Amino acid sequence: MSVTPADVAQVAQLARLDIPDTALDAVAERFSRILDMVDELKTVATEGVEPMSNPHDMTQRLRADTVTETNHREALQAVAPAVEDGYFLVPRVID
Amino acid sequence: MTDAIDFDSATATELSQQLAEGKCSSRELTEYYLKRIDTLNPAINAVITVCADEAIAVAEAADRRRASGDATPLTGIPLLHKDIFCTQGVRTSCASKMLDNFVPPYDATVVSKLNAAGTVTLGKTNMDEFAMGSSNETSFYGATRNPWDTECIPGGSSGGSAAAIAAGFAPLSTGTDTGGSIRQPASLCGITGLKPTYGRVSRRGIIAFASSLDQAGPMTRSVEDCALMLNAMAGVDAGDSTSADIEVPDFRAGLADDIKGLRIGLPKEYFSDDLSPDVAARIQAALAELEAEGAILVDIELPHTRQGIATYYVIAPAEASANLSRYDGVRFGHRCENPADLQNLYVRSRSEGFGEEVQRRILVGTYALSSGFYDAYFKKAQQVRRIIHQDFKNAFDKVDVIAGPAAPGTAYKLGAKAADPLAMYMEDVYTLSVNLAGLPGLSIPAGLINELPIGLQLIGRAFDESTLLRAGHRLQMRTDWHRAIPPLSTKTSPTLGGQA
Repeated sequence: MSVTPADVAQVAQLARLDIPDTALDAVAERFSRILDMVDELKTVATEGVEPMSNPHDMTQRLRADTVTETNHREALQAVAPAVEDGYFLVPRVID
Repeated sequence: MTDAIDFDSATATELSQQLAEGKCSSRELTEYYLKRIDTLNPAINAVITVCADEAIAVAEAADRRRASGDATPLTGIPLLHKDIFCTQGVRTSCASKMLDNFVPPYDATVVSKLNAAGTVTLGKTNMDEFAMGSSNETSFYGATRNPWDTECIPGGSSGGSAAAIAAGFAPLSTGTDTGGSIRQPASLCGITGLKPTYGRVSRRGIIAFASSLDQAGPMTRSVEDCALMLNAMAGVDAGDSTSADIEVPDFRAGLADDIKGLRIGLPKEYFSDDLSPDVAARIQAALAELEAEGAILVDIELPHTRQGIATYYVIAPAEASANLSRYDGVRFGHRCENPADLQNLYVRSRSEGFGEEVQRRILVGTYALSSGFYDAYFKKAQQVRRIIHQDFKNAFDKVDVIAGPAAPGTAYKLGAKAADPLAMYMEDVYTLSVNLAGLPGLSIPAGLINELPIGLQLIGRAFDESTLLRAGHRLQMRTDWHRAIPPLSTKTSPTLGGQA
């Protein structure tokens, strides 16, 4: 296997996902098979090839640095799990 | 002679004509489709939210607009939106538990544009969770079934949209396509679907999967309807900085022009021994029709077709892992109960909210972007992406359109590939390179194999949807494959128009 259960646990931590210990082996096995397939990339010579991030090589347009948005706080916070006085509530982070 | 028109199989173009001639009202159409959804959707599960009351009100407004002489061709035409498009005041779930409670405060640009044209939203369609899948089996709301055989998958990720069109729930639906998610389900459900050029249609308000690949398009019963709908969807948008600032033609203009001398390339990699003889025979039959219309078939090569799968399954998960980092249980979406601390809130909200395939792709993407692996995976994939893009460019020096299958086979049984993600990924071999290269792709019904549909795919030059649509329309002018109706679609109400 190209990816160990320990690797999976570390990537899961980076991705803020909880993979139960009992599932790590199975996840690592499938993960490895995907990476083995992805290794097909190594068969292509890419020296000096510019990476492509936009299929038309377009650069993103910039807009004028002016305020265009009006205040939507109430509408946006209406779908939040917990708010108070216009703030999003989360568990205490500073004691 | 009869001019009776069957709502279950009518195209939007035909219905628009009926509306214009006053032979039916939008309210009648809307009530008809709502009733049909109510009756048949439990067996198909293509629609996950129905907007009955709102739809009737919008239909009545459309009828008034038409009476005042201010109608567009789409005014009063009922349609469905894939549940990835934000709809103000209507739950937009992306078929995920994560967004099961999400009611957007705004409309996607595509939704606004179609609303402005006067379409009537009947509801939202089922899909693979966050558009990650090719079978519609990863939906939090259960799998959609194929109207041609309810034991089979409809394809994905826009499987609910494709199944709904095939089942006669509406003449039009929106879809999105990141690696084949419009074209493959269109093929498996026997409908017409277009993935426009990357940048042709605004992505604003479409829940992001892989931002350099995602593109929205029409799913319909005919090429003519794709042109009609794309006219209303396309155009640059200040709300999407990757939308293309390029002229939008009238896609219906010149649709029926001939295709004499059109050069159609057949990539040898698409017609290898891996392609099943049944599918190859249907594709060859469709190509023979195009040849009879005066098109010239030319052998070409797309040498990195195989490597396209590996390239896609690095780039798409990498972009997805970044896009889906926004779901943290703080501002919207699922939040776990009684979090112990902030980290616990993030981790549990995400682990509870995302399904297995979504978590798998986030993990693969996070890995490909992580320190020490970035060059070997993400950068390498972006380099191969440019080579694949160049392959298409070289091919388009020789031909005007590229043709091949839209999927390796017809619909398979539910569950057949669910345990094997790699087998599922291979479903997209003919479609995902088109997204990597940012090109338009059209899937058109090409007949049945053992009573299940299969689609022909036509791929075009960037921003040349018009040529694809013209070739597709010529094919539909001389064949009736797009008129085939699944056995489910027995009539649920009388036809309109009666005897002339």
